[in-house]
Amino acid sequence: METTNQNKEQLSVEQKIKRRNFISFGVFFALGGTAVAGWKWLLNSPDEVAGVTANAKAPLRRALNKTELFFRNFYSNKHLVKTYPTSRAAKNVRVNSLIGINDDEDFDAKNWHLAVKLNNLQTLNINIDEIKALPKTEIVFDFKCVEGWDQIQHWGGVKLSDFLAHFKLIEQSKKQYMGLETPNGKYYVGLEMECVLHPQTLLAYEMNNQPISMEHGAPLRLIVPVKYGIKNLKRIGTMSFSNARPKDYWAEQGYDYYSGL
Amino acid sequence: MKEIKEKHSFLMRWTHWVNFPVLTIMIWSGLFIYWANDAYGISIFGFSLIKFFPQWFYNYFHIPHRLAEGMAYHFLFMWFFFINGLLYIAYTIFSGAWRELIPKRNSFKEAWLVLLHDLHIRKTIPPQKKYNAAQRIAYTAIIVMGIGSIATGLAIYKPVQFYWLCWLCGGYHFARIIHFTLTIGYVLFFVIHIVQVALAGWNNFRSVISGFEVIDSSAKNKSNNLPVEKVKEKNGND
Repeated sequence: METTNQNKEQLSVEQKIKRRNFISFGVFFALGGTAVAGWKWLLNSPDEVAGVTANAKAPLRRALNKTELFFRNFYSNKHLVKTYPTSRAAKNVRVNSLIGINDDEDFDAKNWHLAVKLNNLQTLNINIDEIKALPKTEIVFDFKCVEGWDQIQHWGGVKLSDFLAHFKLIEQSKKQYMGLETPNGKYYVGLEMECVLHPQTLLAYEMNNQPISMEHGAPLRLIVPVKYGIKNLKRIGTMSFSNARPKDYWAEQGYDYYSGL
Repeated sequence: MKEIKEKHSFLMRWTHWVNFPVLTIMIWSGLFIYWANDAYGISIFGFSLIKFFPQWFYNYFHIPHRLAEGMAYHFLFMWFFFINGLLYIAYTIFSGAWRELIPKRNSFKEAWLVLLHDLHIRKTIPPQKKYNAAQRIAYTAIIVMGIGSIATGLAIYKPVQFYWLCWLCGGYHFARIIHFTLTIGYVLFFVIHIVQVALAGWNNFRSVISGFEVIDSSAKNKSNNLPVEKVKEKNGND
């Protein structure tokens, strides 16, 4: 009698083991298969429809935009970029890209002026002396490239917010975005107005207390420390304002539109 | 007589197996990002020992020129890595499972004995509950590393908005180095983990999928008569 009981019990333990193995491994492989299918779907998903942004897979672009919107909740113009003493600034300032500069053979620095598009009809032309006449602001900060390198650099120029106030561009700066382009239109960026008005955002004409060199974006370039280097457009030709996102060179190459830090 | 002994809870198994592919994708997409500025290596007295990474490695895994793609994947799957890790930590705290997991005062000494045993230098192993001393250290360290990856990752992702975190991580430049080093740490952990799981055997491996181990209760009763130090629990090693 006792042996049979024991046999029964042993059998039931054996059965229990079998059943639990079957269920758990079944679920494990089912979930694993689902995960693999999901991954394949993502890998094979089509690119987004090319527009202001392009060249990213559609679901990844959606995720990039949503993630950036979430992190913009933490954005504040009171959050300042860390600054350093001038002695820490690099003497050899890295040149990473010359798009819009070395592909512009017709560029004439002497006749350069900044074309500010006030609206569809009117353009305000501003020359470099008018800009240099404004109060100068200097910044020594850690310039960050989207590639992953960073370098402490020293820039001088006019605060973009001072510039907008001085040239009475108040109405324009109520728009949501600013667009900047090189004179030949080969390089272009879009910036949210918040970053434009950040107190450390400059229209720079000096580097290490010297006039900016051609390869660093003479005569006037953007320094926006709350963005990766790709947004710090060199040799500004035109400035425009809009409520829709202006076109952006690297956002068209699959990068995040905002690229904020 | 065979007996079912419950070992791993559902949440522990779930988070473990979710983490594996998610971390793999994070490392893979992280390589795309790292490639764009692959500045790290190990050198002694100016002699370059290891370069992260040699060209053949990049070529083999198709890494070059995929920075934008890498960032897109990285900033999506970071959410799964974060939420999954949070779930595990919350579960471990609220269930009391942390008691089995965090190192005890004597764990560091005992872990040495476990190591000697695993290397077949020592025959016996100190008595243990669910995890031995070396496992307690390893499995707690990997969670701390995960928290470190999240913190340094956030510090290099938004160094201006989370300037205080960036400062805590030793600045932007250093935070990136820590972030990279932790990743190398995961890979080393993975290698040791796989070897240990293979050595521990099927019963142990199955418990991370099905949740239970099968033990021979009659053998267990017999072994209870032996001096403690000679008991090698059937719990397996990993």
